[in-house]
Amino acid sequence: MGPERIRLTGITKAFGTLKANDHVDLTLHAGEIHALLGENGAGKSTLMKMLYGLLRPDAGEIRINGQPVTLPSPRAARAQGIGMVFQHFSLFEDFTALENIAIPLDGRIADAGLRAEVEAKARHFGLAIALDRPVHTLSAGERQRIEILRALMQEPQVLILDEPTSVLTPDEAEALFATLESLASAGAGILFISHKLEEVRRLCSRATILRGGKVVAETDPRAVSAAELAALMVGEGVLDLRPVADHALGEPMLHLDGLSVAPEGVHGVTLRDIHLTVRAGEVVAIAGVAGNGQSELYAAISGEGGRITAGQIRMAGQDVTRRDINSRRRLGAAFVPEARLGQATLPQGPLSENIILSWHATGSLGRWLLDTVRTGAVARRVIERFDVRTPSSDPQAVQLSGGNLQKYVVGREIERQPRLMVVDQPSWGVDARAATHIRQTLLDLAAAGAAVLVISQDLDEAMAMADRIAVMHGGYLSAARPVPALSRAEIGLLMTQGESPARGAA
Amino acid sequence: MSFNLALVPRRDVSLIRQVLTPVVALLVALLIGGVIVWLMGRSPAKAFDVFLREPLTDPWALQEVLLKSTPLMLISIGLIFCFRANRWNIGAEGQFLLGGIFGGGVAIATHGLTGPWILPLMMLAGALGGMLYAAIPAMLRNRFGISEILTSLMLVYVAELLLDYLVRGPWRDPKGFNFPQSVPFTDAAQLQPLFEGGRLHAGFALALLAVLVAILVFRRSLFGFAVRASGEAPRAANFAGFNEQRITLVVFLISGGLAGLAGMIEVSGQVGQLRPGFGQGLGFTAIIVAFLGRLSPVGAMLSSLVIAVLLIGAESAQVSLKLPFDLTRFFMGLLLITVLAGESLNRYRLEFRKEAA
Ligand SMILES: Nc1ncnc2c1ncn2[C@@H]1O[C@H](COP(=O)(O)OP(=O)(O)OP(=O)(O)O)[C@@H](O)[C@H]1O
Ligand SMILES: [Mg+2]
Repeated sequence: MGPERIRLTGITKAFGTLKANDHVDLTLHAGEIHALLGENGAGKSTLMKMLYGLLRPDAGEIRINGQPVTLPSPRAARAQGIGMVFQHFSLFEDFTALENIAIPLDGRIADAGLRAEVEAKARHFGLAIALDRPVHTLSAGERQRIEILRALMQEPQVLILDEPTSVLTPDEAEALFATLESLASAGAGILFISHKLEEVRRLCSRATILRGGKVVAETDPRAVSAAELAALMVGEGVLDLRPVADHALGEPMLHLDGLSVAPEGVHGVTLRDIHLTVRAGEVVAIAGVAGNGQSELYAAISGEGGRITAGQIRMAGQDVTRRDINSRRRLGAAFVPEARLGQATLPQGPLSENIILSWHATGSLGRWLLDTVRTGAVARRVIERFDVRTPSSDPQAVQLSGGNLQKYVVGREIERQPRLMVVDQPSWGVDARAATHIRQTLLDLAAAGAAVLVISQDLDEAMAMADRIAVMHGGYLSAARPVPALSRAEIGLLMTQGESPARGAA
Repeated sequence: MSFNLALVPRRDVSLIRQVLTPVVALLVALLIGGVIVWLMGRSPAKAFDVFLREPLTDPWALQEVLLKSTPLMLISIGLIFCFRANRWNIGAEGQFLLGGIFGGGVAIATHGLTGPWILPLMMLAGALGGMLYAAIPAMLRNRFGISEILTSLMLVYVAELLLDYLVRGPWRDPKGFNFPQSVPFTDAAQLQPLFEGGRLHAGFALALLAVLVAILVFRRSLFGFAVRASGEAPRAANFAGFNEQRITLVVFLISGGLAGLAGMIEVSGQVGQLRPGFGQGLGFTAIIVAFLGRLSPVGAMLSSLVIAVLLIGAESAQVSLKLPFDLTRFFMGLLLITVLAGESLNRYRLEFRKEAA
């Protein structure tokens, strides 16, 4: 083991009465890839934000390379060689990728010199990025790659990654792991947060496990099973997905007929001739590498964006091609978008107020004056049913931990009892137990007669939930095939090459 | 070595701090203003007396303050709708003028007639004039994506010229010795004082009503929520199905309508006829008022009153202290700066850093 890079002792942080971190100790050595584990709201992000100077500890000591330090700002942390990749992206939407990379590099601007360096680094680490596109045109996976590259540009001695793989494909994740391993062997210390225990066991040599803000264990993740790790995190075992009883399929609830969509900006993916039917009672998943048109497809189905140039969208038998999101909701549809902060929720709005966003068209919240008693009651029901851990009774969306906010957003839509549920990344960033809960709820929803469409980059998730899987590639959607008959290898091929030329690439 | 000044976000801001900030900002502005007055060779104590004490204690001056605050309140309440939605209506002055022109037009057209229907009709016309005028930048933005900041601002100058043309041309008072002004309105077209011997008219009550309605709309209504969502997180508003273009149009109509109503109230209640320059830049001052009030209806109401005190104080300071009116504008700017600075210092901490160059 190399020399000590970071030593945290007795770190404590409270938000109001909630102790997000309670006397946390953690040591990170050079060359070590150290996992920070814990269920949603355990305090992982909070701890890392203190190490990166974004939050100030109430008590405790931070030592870097043996020296006690105070970190009043991220800039001070960067000066100490600390880099961080955030769970919620911290990119400027209107700036290009290159400009975003330049910002934290003191004294650098997005010029040809920097571009050459960034390109070299991107090539070296196998991170494909379109440097000149404004960030708002990029998918979550692409944004994640920018965040990672940006942190790497600072040549950090300590690199913090807060759930970096949740929106990466398996291949991208593999490339990232190789990157991290080479950084570690070059002497950096790496702190790695993830809910995917298998990748933690593959990558990390130590793991610190938080529960309710306290360290409950420190262990070698390779020496214990994923189930044991999960048990340490939640204090009990994680349930497996319970298969639902066989049920007959009903009417088609969602029907895309030769749908072609021109993208919003110049950089989006054009969708071409998409056919898909989801019937009441079934779960269909759309797999594929991020940035192949999934965001555009979601937006077209929900009615949030995209210019439909040909084809038709039918919901519950009605043509909704030209109708807005609320008339689709009135037909029984519910939507969970990819970005939970800022799209699915109003960051500064309390959870009760955020109910309004998707409920106002159908939820009888009052015609002129809003029924705040009702929105409060709905929010409380969602919080209870989906075990959303909140720091106070009605916190702002931005005050929830990432996974808990996702639980809230999915729960809010399920609580509407939809007949058609469209979910983009259902379990992004939620812990194993909560992910199972969300998936189970979606399966139960289908069993109770709803049609469920899941867009997911997590192939395990797609395989575990779906009756049929279709794959997006370059704006085309393959035919949806029944899952039992479909192998991983086949899906992998579809993801990288699209469907056979008979109908696909042209 | 170079020195760097940096703003570092604060984590928690106490309620007391938030309440005290504007008060402290006002005191700081008074202090700086006092120094300036002193530098100009006048007595700061006297200036304070004229600017602040008299308007607040003298009953006649107090009425003037309420009258002056009326248009400011109406216009700034409307502007809050735009600004909260992140739409930038800088042209309230023009909408204010158009309200005066439409309302005054009705008064001129009904000259010589009497009846209780004339004033309501003038109010409707005034509001309508402001709405139509505000609809122009809104539609240009919706249709062609043209920045509403520019169009709304430039339309102010068009409105001024239109008013000029009308009172020099078709609407000039034939018995007015060629002065550029319309006929004086008859009593039927003028807002009457609420009580005997006073000057305060019903316009002030309308302004208070607008404040109450705005409070209700922002606290409890779906529309108020949509406006806020559209300003704070446009993608979330889109997810909620709030139509972006419709919101643009509606907030401009509300803002223009209230500014137009204020314009009608000004010509009918204060001026009594149409003449150039009745706007007095109140439409621009209302922008400051809206921001001083931190874009909240209650805040706008309070800051309308504060600014009105200053404006009335300035009028008498011109006479009794020979202080230039521009000093008041300066002071308003100063107040805005101290309030915004206080606001920023609530959210951020100033930090000095030494750094190797
Ligand atoms: N700004 C804040 N104000 C109030 N409470 C907060 C704030 N930030 C975090 N919290 C609370 O602190 C607790 C820990 O949150 P944190 O984000 O560290 O969790 P996490 O372990 O990263 O979870 P996840 O896996 O869901 O991302 C949560 O209960 C959260 O609601
Ligand atoms: Mg987190």
